Amino acid sequence: MVKYTEIMIRYGELSTKGKNRKDFIAKLASNVNRVLSDFPMVEIHPKHDRMHIVLNDAPFEEINNRLKKVFGIQTYSPVIKTEKTLEAIEKTSLELMEAIYQTGMTFKVNTKRADHKFEYDTNQLNSMVGDHIFDHIPDIKAEMKHPDLVLRIEVRQDAVYISNQLLHGAGGMPVGTAGKAVMMLSGGIDSPVASYLALKRGVEIEMVHFFSPPYTTEKALAKAKELTGILANYAGKINFIAVPFAEIQETIKEKLPEGYLMTVQRRFMLRLADIIRKKRGGLAIFNGESVGQVASQTLESMTAINDVTTTPVLRPVVTMDKTEIIALAEKIGTFDLSIEPFEDCCTIFAPPRPKTKPKLDKAREYEARLDVEGLIERALAGIQITQIRANQKFLDVSSSEDTDLL
Amino acid sequence: MIYFDNSATTRIDKTVLATYDKVALDIWGNPSSLHQMGNRAHQLLEASRKQIADLLGVKAHEIFFTSGGTESNNTAIKGTAIAKREFGKHIITSSVEHASVANAFTSLEKLGYRVTCLPVDKNGRVNIADLRNALDSDTTLVSVMGVNNEVGAIQPIDEISDLLENYPNIHFHVDNVQALGKDIWQKVFTPRVDLLSLSAHKFHAPRGIGVLYKKEGKMLEPLHHGGGQEKGLRSGTENLPAIAAMAKAIRLLLTDETEKASHEAAIKAKIVSYLESKPGIDIFSPISEDFAPHILCFALEGIRGETLVHTLESRDIFTSTTSACASKTADEASTLVSMKVPDKIATSAIRLSFDETNTLEEADKFIAEFDQIYQHFAQINHLEGK
Repeated sequence: MVKYTEIMIRYGELSTKGKNRKDFIAKLASNVNRVLSDFPMVEIHPKHDRMHIVLNDAPFEEINNRLKKVFGIQTYSPVIKTEKTLEAIEKTSLELMEAIYQTGMTFKVNTKRADHKFEYDTNQLNSMVGDHIFDHIPDIKAEMKHPDLVLRIEVRQDAVYISNQLLHGAGGMPVGTAGKAVMMLSGGIDSPVASYLALKRGVEIEMVHFFSPPYTTEKALAKAKELTGILANYAGKINFIAVPFAEIQETIKEKLPEGYLMTVQRRFMLRLADIIRKKRGGLAIFNGESVGQVASQTLESMTAINDVTTTPVLRPVVTMDKTEIIALAEKIGTFDLSIEPFEDCCTIFAPPRPKTKPKLDKAREYEARLDVEGLIERALAGIQITQIRANQKFLDVSSSEDTDLL
Repeated sequence: MIYFDNSATTRIDKTVLATYDKVALDIWGNPSSLHQMGNRAHQLLEASRKQIADLLGVKAHEIFFTSGGTESNNTAIKGTAIAKREFGKHIITSSVEHASVANAFTSLEKLGYRVTCLPVDKNGRVNIADLRNALDSDTTLVSVMGVNNEVGAIQPIDEISDLLENYPNIHFHVDNVQALGKDIWQKVFTPRVDLLSLSAHKFHAPRGIGVLYKKEGKMLEPLHHGGGQEKGLRSGTENLPAIAAMAKAIRLLLTDETEKASHEAAIKAKIVSYLESKPGIDIFSPISEDFAPHILCFALEGIRGETLVHTLESRDIFTSTTSACASKTADEASTLVSMKVPDKIATSAIRLSFDETNTLEEADKFIAEFDQIYQHFAQINHLEGK
């Protein structure tokens, strides 16, 4: 196995310029730094055009797994820093090719020279290193137009940098560059996907989750937290804000006609999310709604619910089919957890026949019968905030004291 | 005191017992209960299952907890016979199995199943050709132990596995009660094995707990019906203190496994080398790749095994007889009889079984004590002149 010495990162969204670009790079560097914080030997050098990560013996495989989940990285290449002698260049080049070559693959050598005083020019290096590989790997073929493998050699002032592969990053924008928002996270399939997409566009999100004990179990809450833990892979730590919702639901159930239970509940949720957003300095509210998927997600319902705020309510999966959402959920690793059957607060007081076309004036009129302010105030008083780190477990956690018994 | 009867049972490890106590006293909720106490117990149950699965290199959902080796064997055998009865009623085992396998087969034979009992060679091993000839379209089960409990012969599980690759629908069960932690696991647990039995008290864990490994997708009819625990295969409230203790014991057992097994092999080699120098002694567990490192079976001609065991006991050395001696009825099978050892010699056999807590000094002490006993009996039986 070859031992890479550095990783070269190319940025996404190159169209960003000026101060935005500086912010982009600084944020990306700090996000990369955060995911690699347990490798103190790693050095991160953010430059204008790309970022260099000097591994200093840190394991590439593990670092690679982390980098894959950092938004703002378009592509990256693991490289080996080599002495500026032909012999060293040939030796490293061959090692790198042997590491990834499989029978039948074609290759080419692509040299760039920043140090124009180096004794060989680009063409000479291409052909000499190419010949060396050709001589040592039986059956390998050169191919200029669409080779399977490209060996990139960069001759710089201090050393030569050689790479055998170009890896694709997560794309998007560094989390934090697009500002802050709250995300309404239920625990189903859609809202974690919407969270991922918000993060991908650089939005720093905080989760708002409604829970209704004793109607919902601790497990439902733990599940939403654990989903947040999966998403924290893409964001660093995420704040999880749990909002008690049982009193509001009980009151609505007691006092309002069945057809409007769902609509008014949702209006309360959005109202609470908006207040929390404002308190925490967010600019928008994200949720996992998809047009027409359920009664609360028809355009009529959205109108009746959205009425409580003028804050942008952004719905990243709004036009996606369920199958598309599921495919993405599987890709980001939230699907299996999302389908665990713990009832959440959206289903417990769901009327058998919710209105799919609620009327806005009716919703307002019914709601006016309630002590809206008092209910909101008491719900806010019961908020619990937890900071959740990547892959933190909440569902199947034996206390460490217990597992020590084994 | 020298305890050379570790294949019968082992002394519970103090730290394993501490785990048992702690779980019994503090984590005593029913894993099926909805509340926090149940949840905590459930977490520990699943953590134990996962730890055992990881240590055995299988998936957590392939590990089932039973009351021990006997139940694991019965569930594997009867469970297969019943679940697959529509596909065939021919089941195969060897003539040197533990009673919990042999008698399960006898019981099924009475219920109308056709049983083939494979013979063994003079080393106690089944012959792969015999198995090949026995297989037919009606066969649903092959059950062969990994390590024989009487003489320590390692069965050709790898060869059987190769053969059964061509019969993917036949359940292959291996009774590995004697085989875990002896650095021979690769030989006795191949990817072809569908069902496997373990018993915790053979490795310093409590009685009344064991493991049945069942490869995912394999059908078994449960023997215990009830509340649906262990995914319905083994109902009954889980014995969590024992399960957690067993998980710990397996971890301890497999730590430095190679060193421990070679230590046991050294004890065995020392005693074998002494016994070989003595006329009138027959050794049935040679030093060989085909025998486990911890079991040593031999006979002192002319002295019943029972007599020898009691004589050793009077000198504070604990060993055991083999089933040839224990058997009250003539038709009861024994490994030695199946190995075509003459009855007279077979009934003289005793078994020493070691584990990592035994020492080479104990081997020396055993040799010294045994030598005195030997001199006494040899004189009576005129062995020295033989």
